[in-house]
Amino acid sequence: MAKKTKPNARKSPARKSAAVKAKAAASKPNGHDTLREVEQLLYRQAECLDGKRWQDFIELFTEDGTYWMPAAPEQTTGDGAPSIFWEDRNLMTVRLKRLTHPRAWSQKTAWGTNHVVGNVTIEKEDARTGDLVVRSRFHMMEFRNDTTRHFAGSYIHHLKKTKAGHRIKLQRVDMVNAEGPYEYVLQAWV
Amino acid sequence: MGADIGLDVAKAVEPDRVHRSVYSDPAIFELEMERIFNKVWTYVGHESQVPTVGDYWTVQIGRQPMIMVRHSDRSVRVLYNRCPHRGAMLYGDRRGNVGKGIICSYHSWQFDTDGSCKAIPLDKGYQGTRLAPGDADCNVKTAARVDSYRGFVFASLAADGPSLGEWLGPARIAFDDMCDRAPEGEVEVVPTCFRVIQQSNWKIFLENQLDALHPAVTHESTGRAAGEVEAAIQKNGGSAPLSYHFLSAFATPISKWDAFQTIGYRHGHCILTGYMGLRPRDPDTLAYEKVMEKAYGKKRMEDILGVNIHHVLLYPGLSVQSPLQQLRAVRPLGVDKTLTEIWHFRLKGAPEAIYRRALGYYNLVNSPSTMVNADDLWNFWKIHKGLESQGGDWVSFHRNAGQDLETNDATTSVIGTSEQPMRNQFKAWAQYINGAN
Repeated sequence: MAKKTKPNARKSPARKSAAVKAKAAASKPNGHDTLREVEQLLYRQAECLDGKRWQDFIELFTEDGTYWMPAAPEQTTGDGAPSIFWEDRNLMTVRLKRLTHPRAWSQKTAWGTNHVVGNVTIEKEDARTGDLVVRSRFHMMEFRNDTTRHFAGSYIHHLKKTKAGHRIKLQRVDMVNAEGPYEYVLQAWV
Repeated sequence: MGADIGLDVAKAVEPDRVHRSVYSDPAIFELEMERIFNKVWTYVGHESQVPTVGDYWTVQIGRQPMIMVRHSDRSVRVLYNRCPHRGAMLYGDRRGNVGKGIICSYHSWQFDTDGSCKAIPLDKGYQGTRLAPGDADCNVKTAARVDSYRGFVFASLAADGPSLGEWLGPARIAFDDMCDRAPEGEVEVVPTCFRVIQQSNWKIFLENQLDALHPAVTHESTGRAAGEVEAAIQKNGGSAPLSYHFLSAFATPISKWDAFQTIGYRHGHCILTGYMGLRPRDPDTLAYEKVMEKAYGKKRMEDILGVNIHHVLLYPGLSVQSPLQQLRAVRPLGVDKTLTEIWHFRLKGAPEAIYRRALGYYNLVNSPSTMVNADDLWNFWKIHKGLESQGGDWVSFHRNAGQDLETNDATTSVIGTSEQPMRNQFKAWAQYINGAN
């Protein structure tokens, strides 16, 4: 209402301090700004996959970054254990070069994916380095060779803060159907 | 038989070509289940999958659901996964431990791990009926024959037929080569099983396994991609793990594949001699050789590591890559659908680095994200579809036909890309189907 006094019309010292507190809270775990930033990163990653922009996908990782899909949910590392994916940037580059090779025969059928990422939670934030551990859920639908498949599960992104923003040091992908039989295989990252 | 084309199945196989109906006709598939898969020795699992009494894995023989279980006397038993009462499967999961005994979830009939009936609820109700508790009819049916070779367990649903040793013949080298490479002479399963379904007839996979012409064609993209990255790593002063070589080797030119050999044995078994050079002079291999020499002595170690095998095919259901400690078991699900179960093993007593070498192959070539089999599976589906079509009736296996070197027990290909392995497989197939094997 017009007659109501605007709360911020006069900036009292007390109010100023509340605003500073709110700003500080926003950068803490689950705080507004950091959460928005990592959400955007996850959405960008999904867009890279669905848009088949493989090089852009790889560049979201740090130089020593790893993409990991365990063979079973109880696994704690892919180092020395069976994995569906356990790829550093070099192996990712092999996959990219294969996917884009003119005689990658199974690429000759039309295919596409659609990722939806949500339930994004910041699990850990290192106040000193700005590094983050972020958990989210995904659902991916793939259409390939006139067949639809669904893959769903959780992502855990270990993010490193760099000058260019957060980059992925380790991405763990746990699919609920990881241990099921695969009617055909996964050609690209999920 | 051969309902869709009216062909006499005995005439479907010729020495150098086969009729397409053997891949696509559901009636012939039924015949294969009855005359091949219900008779031969089928790989059911490794003893180390069931280390503790009561441990079980469910598995399929032909189209029969079975249970491999460790009995109280430590032997491994293979039972039909079916309750003798009203026919329910006893286990619907893949693995577990029976605990105090096998209990049917329908009416609580209880069994020991050798299949014998331990208890039937309301047993008074059977008084004066044609079923008496204690009858053999109350027991879970067991596989007719179970045997193992160096820890690898096989079962046959037929009471008669060659023993496991006779049936394996010289192809037993699959297991000798794998186990001998372990300083302790044994392997242990890594309990992760990747399962991939092929949209194609089971024979298409088996033919592909020893087809030395296809890698340079089918896997060129992956071979070249890995080769380029391997070279870039070396250019930057690094050294690429052997895994890259596993992939880049697929781009080996066809002329080199010709230098390898395939050797066919009785019952359709076959081996492909190696090409990957798995005895590099890197520190890991040298350390492994030291352990091997200590275990076996120098001469025996040289003999073991000198075995030059890439694949051994145990027809009709198993493909073994002994030097990389892995195998793929074939489970036909239907005329146009086949499940492969992919396992790998640790060499007991070998350094961790040697396991990791095999793991690299398991992850890159045999996992559900494989960059290699992706193109095979695509081919398999296209082959199957093509063989359902009426665009032609015969499948050609003429390459180098008549040039194979025949001895009493073996057929050796004149060159690596000879279609000898396929001819050898169909020779066995025809013998089974015509009742001669």
